[in-house]
Amino acid sequence: MSQNVHNENNNLTRRKVLTAATGVLGATGATFLAVPFVSSWQPSEKAKAAGAPVDADISHLQPGQMMTVSWRGKPVWIVRRTPDMLKRLPEMDPKLRDPDSKESIQPKYASNEYRSIKPEYLVVVGVCTHLGCSPLYRPAVNSPDMEKGWEGGFFCPCHGSMFDLAGRVFKGVPAPTNLVIPPYYFKTASIVRVGENAKKGVA
Amino acid sequence: MSNATHERPKNSILAWIDRRYPLVSTWNAHVGEYYAPKNFNFWYFFGSLALLVLVNQFITGIWLTMSYKPSAAEAFNSIEYIMRDVDWGWLIRYMHSTGASAFFIVIYLHMMRGLLYGSYKEPRELVWILGMFIFLVLMAEAFMGYLLPWGQMSYWGAQVIISLFGAIPVIGHDLATWVRGDFIISDATLNRFFALHVIALPLVLIVLVFMHIVALHQVGSNNPDGVEIKKYKNDKGLPIDGIAFHPYYTIKDSMGAIVFLFFFAFVVFYMPEGGGFFLEPPNFEPANPLKTPDHIAPVWYFTPFYAILRAIPDKLMGVIAMGGSIAVLFAMPWLDRCKVKSIRYRGASYKALLTMFVISFLVLGWLGTQPASPELTKLARIFTATYFLFFIILPFTSVSEKTKPVPERVS
Repeated sequence: MSQNVHNENNNLTRRKVLTAATGVLGATGATFLAVPFVSSWQPSEKAKAAGAPVDADISHLQPGQMMTVSWRGKPVWIVRRTPDMLKRLPEMDPKLRDPDSKESIQPKYASNEYRSIKPEYLVVVGVCTHLGCSPLYRPAVNSPDMEKGWEGGFFCPCHGSMFDLAGRVFKGVPAPTNLVIPPYYFKTASIVRVGENAKKGVA
Repeated sequence: MSNATHERPKNSILAWIDRRYPLVSTWNAHVGEYYAPKNFNFWYFFGSLALLVLVNQFITGIWLTMSYKPSAAEAFNSIEYIMRDVDWGWLIRYMHSTGASAFFIVIYLHMMRGLLYGSYKEPRELVWILGMFIFLVLMAEAFMGYLLPWGQMSYWGAQVIISLFGAIPVIGHDLATWVRGDFIISDATLNRFFALHVIALPLVLIVLVFMHIVALHQVGSNNPDGVEIKKYKNDKGLPIDGIAFHPYYTIKDSMGAIVFLFFFAFVVFYMPEGGGFFLEPPNFEPANPLKTPDHIAPVWYFTPFYAILRAIPDKLMGVIAMGGSIAVLFAMPWLDRCKVKSIRYRGASYKALLTMFVISFLVLGWLGTQPASPELTKLARIFTATYFLFFIILPFTSVSEKTKPVPERVS
């Protein structure tokens, strides 16, 4: 009788070990099996390949005007800023969260006070850094649908974030950083290539 | 109910089945001999109505997939095709789109009932938690369904919500890309949302609804007096204050269903867009990735949470507050420490707090439909604060609440 009990206990321990081992092995297998299912949600090769640069003809842009081009499916704005607009930019600094664009994304050649290669032309990804809406262009000082003291800039209709005419974010709005400046260069005086840095030797 | 399981059905076909499948005992346990309190009132319609809307969504949804094309190139036009060229397509689509809003109306009232009569309290904590999971899945289901027409609101709504993942530190950006399957909302996103909307989430929903009902029937239904009817049983072991779900409540719920369908049909036939709340005007324009509509707002049932997101001037904190405003509801059974269940016998503090909570929820819901302006943002901050204040104050006041005496049996 006592022999039997002893055997049963032995078997029980063995069973527990075997069950645990099987469980661990099964869980490992299940984890490996999950890899293809999880990975299949990643952007496909086709989606990754669709990132070609685009050219924009800016010859028709009048001072103060904005045009939009589609780059990687996102809007990229090109704004031809007037001297007045450029003059107001430094005055905005106290209202801004990141006036010197230290925490924001821009290529080296655009980390200056105008956030652009040529001060006159702002090239910026028109996607709010908050939750990805495309802000509205409200260039006029005291634009009627904006709050008092508005000095021109961009306004996101989704959650009320505001940016100045260099795409710099205001304090006290949900967007954390300035609008992103994409890589770009002037292919000729009137053609901007968006999505590519200038190759060496190209002005 | 245990008595019944031993009885053999007189009908020979039924007897044949019953030897092979527990048909009669299952029916009796959940319908024929499920004893529910006799004092259910108006608030108790919404559980069965939710089930009715669920069935409506399944049937109309299956029919819609027969004509809908889940691709960025064809989706918008296939909806127009359903609306104009498919026989009765407009009706089936409007039943589905109205059903989505009806679902949330019914669910919000169903949850309100829980808050009024303490239906989340011991021993019904799991009923409440399973219900909260149903609510979460329902929100995901509605959100993914809203992308499918591929209109402007579909597109930009999805853009905003998926970008919420981007607020998570370190992994956020990659996570958002993973969810989209692309660097922007694209065909890949639409196609997978379709798969989740028509297969994955409905299956999860069905399982959760099943568990919600099983959990409820394990502990028995609460009632407007918040007393346990199982305390007093007659000589057959049945609760004295209980009546069989069938035929008593099946009849009552049928009456509720008829009245509900009267309103439902009115909306479907006379105002299918629900005044711009059920189907928003910008969604009658095809998705344009380059231009956000001038005023975007989610569908009305998301607006309270959306207003909270918008009120907080910080990306990550906004997302946390929005998530928290839903997550905190899961903790209701433990935040409310008052032993008395029903509002009928609870103290003034709970009545005041609940009123504050309901007003906050409604005002936030309205604010979420409005364009962002500095004044409204201030208002949203105030009501976000009062929304959360409900959950912060409740654990303290509910301990020492001055309650009225609770009757022994239902009154």
